[in-house]
Amino acid sequence: MTAVYILVMAGVTYLVRMLPMVIFKRKIESRFIKSFLYYVPYAVLSAMTFPAIFTSTKSLYSAIAGTIVAVTLAFKEKNLLTVALSACATVYITELFINMIF
Amino acid sequence: MVQSAKDNFFRGLKDSIPIGIGYLSVSFSFGIIAVNSGLPAWLAVLISMTNLTSAGQFAGVGLIISGAPYIEMALTQLIINLRYALMSVSITQKADKSFTLLHRLLISFGVTDEIFAVASRQETDIGRHYMYGLISIPYLGWTAGTLLGAAAGTILPESLCTALNISLYGMFIAIIIPPAKHSLPVLKVILFSVAVSCLLHFVPVLNRLSEGFIIIICAVTASVIGAVFFPIKEASS
Repeated sequence: MTAVYILVMAGVTYLVRMLPMVIFKRKIESRFIKSFLYYVPYAVLSAMTFPAIFTSTKSLYSAIAGTIVAVTLAFKEKNLLTVALSACATVYITELFINMIF
Repeated sequence: MVQSAKDNFFRGLKDSIPIGIGYLSVSFSFGIIAVNSGLPAWLAVLISMTNLTSAGQFAGVGLIISGAPYIEMALTQLIINLRYALMSVSITQKADKSFTLLHRLLISFGVTDEIFAVASRQETDIGRHYMYGLISIPYLGWTAGTLLGAAAGTILPESLCTALNISLYGMFIAIIIPPAKHSLPVLKVILFSVAVSCLLHFVPVLNRLSEGFIIIICAVTASVIGAVFFPIKEASS
């Protein structure tokens, strides 16, 4: 069962990468398809992040704090690692506070 | 200037060090989440070694745990990873003659957002040796990070594990916000996608849809709207 899941995951992911590299020798001409593919990563990542980020930690408040820090640092164009680890640190500290108070 | 295969390989290795470090931390979180979701550690590592993709793997673990149908797994991976198809095509436009069929079969496995970003930044055509260098360290980082995370997930205090849960989303935010700051169409596509996502998560009846299909619906509708209303200019990548 789990083996089939992994086979499906890995197989589809590989085919998506491999087929275009083997088949395509020329440029994609369709402006619509090029535009569609250009927007896909942003649409996917934003849908995966919201609203899931708010339930990713133990309390809504620590998640909100972490989100605010991540968005602020990303807006200042800090690198991936800085943004991700700062969000984690914020969540950790916020949850310590919450535990101390309640 | 002619560079030897070895020079190109080492140049690729050097260029990929920052990617490898970044992957180490994100796959560390993946390892923890996978183990805390109930997957055995070796399975988490196997997933990382065979998939080498962040968003697809995190979504995949959720689908395995919930016992989703295989077709949903296939469609979810297809949509989440569709962007790699464009990146693969883009790389073929810069590939030199050393990209023979066998090497295309191997190199395509290592196409990720970050590896693509570095490869496409090269000013000249790229050869297979450079690509192998570029893929090696991130692959090791991704695998080792998953293993360490899976091991730590059973040892680390729970408070630290839940704090690490947010790291993937932090990385996603770091990827999508800077382009949104410079491009109003990207910002609009993101806001539309988030709005649809929230709608499908919170509205009764609609919220019975599984996570995988919600992502597919958001990605397709928001990207079609982007392509119809804000088609990209020719010659921009």
